This record gives sequence, C-alpha cells and structure tokens, in this order.
Amino acid sequence: MAMLEVNDIHSYYGNIHALKGISLTVDKGEIVTLIGANGAGKTTTLKTISGLLHPRHGAIMLEGERIDGLPPHQIVMRGIGQAPEGRKIFGALTVLENLEMGAYARNDTAAIARDLDFVFALFPRLQERRSQLGGTLSGGEQQMLAMGRALMAHPRVLMLDEPSMGLAPVLVEAIFETIRKLNKEGTTILLIEQNAAKALQVASRGYVIETGQIVLQDSAENLRKSEKVRKAYLGEA
Amino acid sequence: MRRFSERLNLTDVIMFIIGALILLLVVVGSAATLYAGKYTTRQWLDLVVFGVALGSIYALIALGYTLVYGILRMINFAHSEVFMAGPFTAYFLADAMGKSGFLDQNLFVGLLIIFAVSMTVSTIVAILLERIAYRPLRFAPRLVPLITAIGASFFLQYFFRGLYGPNIKVYPEIAFLKNVIRIGDLNIQYLQVLVIAAAALMMIGLQIFIQRSRTGKAMRAVAEDKQTAALMGIDIDQIIVITFVIGGALAGAAGVLYALMFKQVNFIMGFIPGIKAFTAAVLGGIGNVPGAMVGGMFLGIIESIGPTLFLDGLNVPAPQQLKDAIAFTLLVLVLIFRPSGILGEKLAQKKA
Repeated sequence: MAMLEVNDIHSYYGNIHALKGISLTVDKGEIVTLIGANGAGKTTTLKTISGLLHPRHGAIMLEGERIDGLPPHQIVMRGIGQAPEGRKIFGALTVLENLEMGAYARNDTAAIARDLDFVFALFPRLQERRSQLGGTLSGGEQQMLAMGRALMAHPRVLMLDEPSMGLAPVLVEAIFETIRKLNKEGTTILLIEQNAAKALQVASRGYVIETGQIVLQDSAENLRKSEKVRKAYLGEA
Repeated sequence: MRRFSERLNLTDVIMFIIGALILLLVVVGSAATLYAGKYTTRQWLDLVVFGVALGSIYALIALGYTLVYGILRMINFAHSEVFMAGPFTAYFLADAMGKSGFLDQNLFVGLLIIFAVSMTVSTIVAILLERIAYRPLRFAPRLVPLITAIGASFFLQYFFRGLYGPNIKVYPEIAFLKNVIRIGDLNIQYLQVLVIAAAALMMIGLQIFIQRSRTGKAMRAVAEDKQTAALMGIDIDQIIVITFVIGGALAGAAGVLYALMFKQVNFIMGFIPGIKAFTAAVLGGIGNVPGAMVGGMFLGIIESIGPTLFLDGLNVPAPQQLKDAIAFTLLVLVLIFRPSGILGEKLAQKKA
C-alpha cells in the first residue's frame, strides 16, 4: 500500500479550476518530486494534501485512510509534515519556540526531546541560535528552521515546498544533502522544486505538472533523459 | 534640505502645529498649576493612586480588545458588553451577601464567589459571541464582522436590560475595604490595594501564560500566521476560543473591580469604560499585550491627574468635567506622533 496516495483531485480558488485531476503516489521510504513551472499547481497540490484547501473531487489517502476533508491540524496529527513555500518562519518566536510549534500536535515528551536533538544534530546552526528570534535568521538558516520544524512533527510523510528557493548555490547543495540524508534514515519525502535538475538527482521518481495536470510521470532517471523535461525544465537546448 | 521640504505636505505641517499647540498648553497649564501651589502633595498622590487603580481596570479590559485583535485583526466592539454582563449578573449575589452580612464576615470567600460568578458569566458571553456572531463571518470582508460586533453590542445591552431591568443597581458597601493605609503623604484605600493587586496579578499571570505555556506560544504563532500555524497541527478555532475565554475572564474580573470602585451597575455600564479601554489598547499599540497594560495605566493616570494638572492653573472652570476630552485628545496626539501606539508592533518582526 502506498504511503500517500492522491487520486484524481480537483481544487478550486473561488471559480478558478486550479487542479484538474492530479493523481500521484508516494511509497514508504521514497523521495518523489513534483516539478513544474511557476503557477502550474505545485503549491496548490501541497495545500490540498495538507488540508488548507479542500478538493471538490477526488480522494487523498494516507496509508489507506482518507484524509481529504479533514482540517489541517488533524492531517498534521495523522503524520503529514510540511515545510511551506517561502519558509513561513514565525518571526516573533525564537528558534526553539518555532521548533516546539512543530511538535505542537504531539505529547510524547521523551520522543520530542529526541527529535529536537536530532534536528540540532542535523542543523548545528539552529542550536547555536536557539534563543534568537526567527525573524533575525538569514534565508538559509530560515530554511533549515522550516525543515527542522516540519521534522519536529515526526511526520510519516515530509512535504518540502521549494526548499532551495532564494538560497545561494552552496546552501542549495547543503539542503539537498540534508534531504538525501533524511531519506536514508527512513523519512518519506514529497519534494516540490523549480530546480528540476537538483530534484531529479535526489528523487527516485518524479511527476511533471503543467496547468493543473500531470503531464509526465516516470523514474527520475528516465525523466532526466526525457526530451520534454530537458527542454522545458533543465534548460537544455 | 530641499528634499526634506519637498517631502513635507500640508497635512503633516498642520497636524504638527496642532500637536505642538496642545503640548504647549499642557506645559503652560502644568507650570501655572504647580506655581499656584493650590494642591498639596497629598492631594496629588491621591490622584495618582486613583489613576493607577482606574488604569489597572482599563488595562484589564484593553487586554480583551488587543488579544482578539492580535488573533483575528478585528475590533470586538461587543467587548464592553462582555465587561457588563459579569458584574451585572454577580450584583444579585453581591447584594444578597451584603444584606445578610455574609460579605462583611467572610470578605475573602464572598469576594472570591463574586469574582468567580462574574468571570464565568463574562466568559460564557464571550464564547457565545465568538461562536454565534463572529465565527460564521471569519472569511467575510472586514467590515462585516465590525458591523456585527456593533449589532451584538446593542443586542447584549438590551438583552440584559430585559433580563435584569433598566434601573441602576448599587453594589454593597464593604466597610473593611474603606480602611486606609498611610505611608507619609501617601494614602491608599484597601479597595485600591485590592484593585491594583488583583489587576497586577492577572496581568503577570497572563504574560507568563503567553510567553511560557504551550498554548500561549501557539496563540502567538496564530497571531502571526494562521495558515502556517495550522500546518503545525494547531487547531485555530480552539486557539480563537481560548483567546475569547481569556479576554472574557479578564473583563469579568475588571467588571467586579469597577463595580466595587464606582458601586453602580446597569446595562449600559460597559459603554464608557469599553471605549476608554479601546483607547488604551490603541494608545499602547493594538495587538500588543504589554502595550495594552501600559496604555491602560497611562490613560488612567492622565485622566485622573490631567484635568487638575493641565487645566486648573489656566482657570478653566470645573476641570474634572473635561477628563474625557483630555483622554481623547491624548489619543489624537499619540496617533499624530506615533500612529502604531506607544509599544506599536515592530514591523521588522512582522515581515519575517
């Protein structure tokens, strides 16, 4: 059974038909990437999975249980963690408080402490700045905090929305290295990226989304070779 | 310098002149009053103590406005009726306990019961208000809940008028609370001690709750960004209800303190203190919790000493009648010179 299964969802912003039947699956232990241009519906797909938008048609299943229609906080409790687009750090909360908010839905104190150690080991920078306000961090540090905060929910599926956006190349490397490392330790990841080259390097499978529809799906290796992807997303002639 | 003069527009200049004139009036008036030396130190201290007590009450009510604004970006204009509902209901109990002599014999227990009843009633009204009047309009344009708030305010006034009648009711005198502590020239009634101490205790408790507790942190997260807070697993509706509960309980407590100080309760008792507390919240910087406390205290003290200090020396007749004019002039001044309020929200943090 797939860890996360999205089945023919249609989402709307008012009357705008933003997702026109998206289907995708993420298996346990996989990194799956969803690539596409600006405005293609990547973030809308994540918002629909996390419950910020409710699909008008279709179903979303987490390990066989339907989660579409639930409010966002219950979806988080069932095990979907998200580092949202634009990082969305709580600027007036300290780094540590931001991480505590990530674990808000849990009450297993001992396990939360373990996860906090894990996040600090993954991003030592966050430990150094634990009592600093989130709003004073640099862009790269905020991305680390966004990922750390999502990990504090100890999610069954971690959704990352454009983790490399606006970061210097050396930080992009570091973030993707971390994604690989997390996956090796057993985290299932749904990765959204405009940086298709990088995304297809770490992912095992990928989906290409255009104007609210999946137009291609294949193994990451085949997608890298595909004429269409190379032209449209990898910037090759 | 040329650039600077180009950027100045006429409105700014006029506002600045008005502000400067008022400040001049205040300075000249204060100097004249103090020079005339009509009032003793003891009288000034009396006014300050009264101002601090009144300010504590304003601060408690102001917290209700500011907490709700912080979370929902909405002015809950029915908060003044939340403030009225508690002490108006608790009056019947207070009256019965006063008449039977229970209140004088068991002051502590009696007051505790009055507070408990008043806070409970105010909290229930606040919860119902949120559930019935505001939640269905959460995603409506901002003007809609504002109008609803005003409507709910009138509804509550006349609901309680129908329930308890239109007459002014008088809280029992408590002999013990009229005792006075004397420290040199400083005279403080036990009642004022009670008001200031109770308010301080609640405000400290609230501050600790917001800064330290899991729920308090979640409130701050929701105030900053609801969508992201929801992605953390925070139940937004639950946090909003908790916010109304805290605001309601504080208003209910403030209502009893107000009733003990001014004795009278009726169905429109909330209107003036409500507007004043709203002013205090704006003065301190709406949405800012310490700001509401500072704003309330500031307004209470200015209102108490302001008329005498600023106007008496200028031979204005009956300066105490002008205390509301002073309070709102102060609001205008703050809005001219510091539109975000004394402790207004820090923009750098908001952008992050």
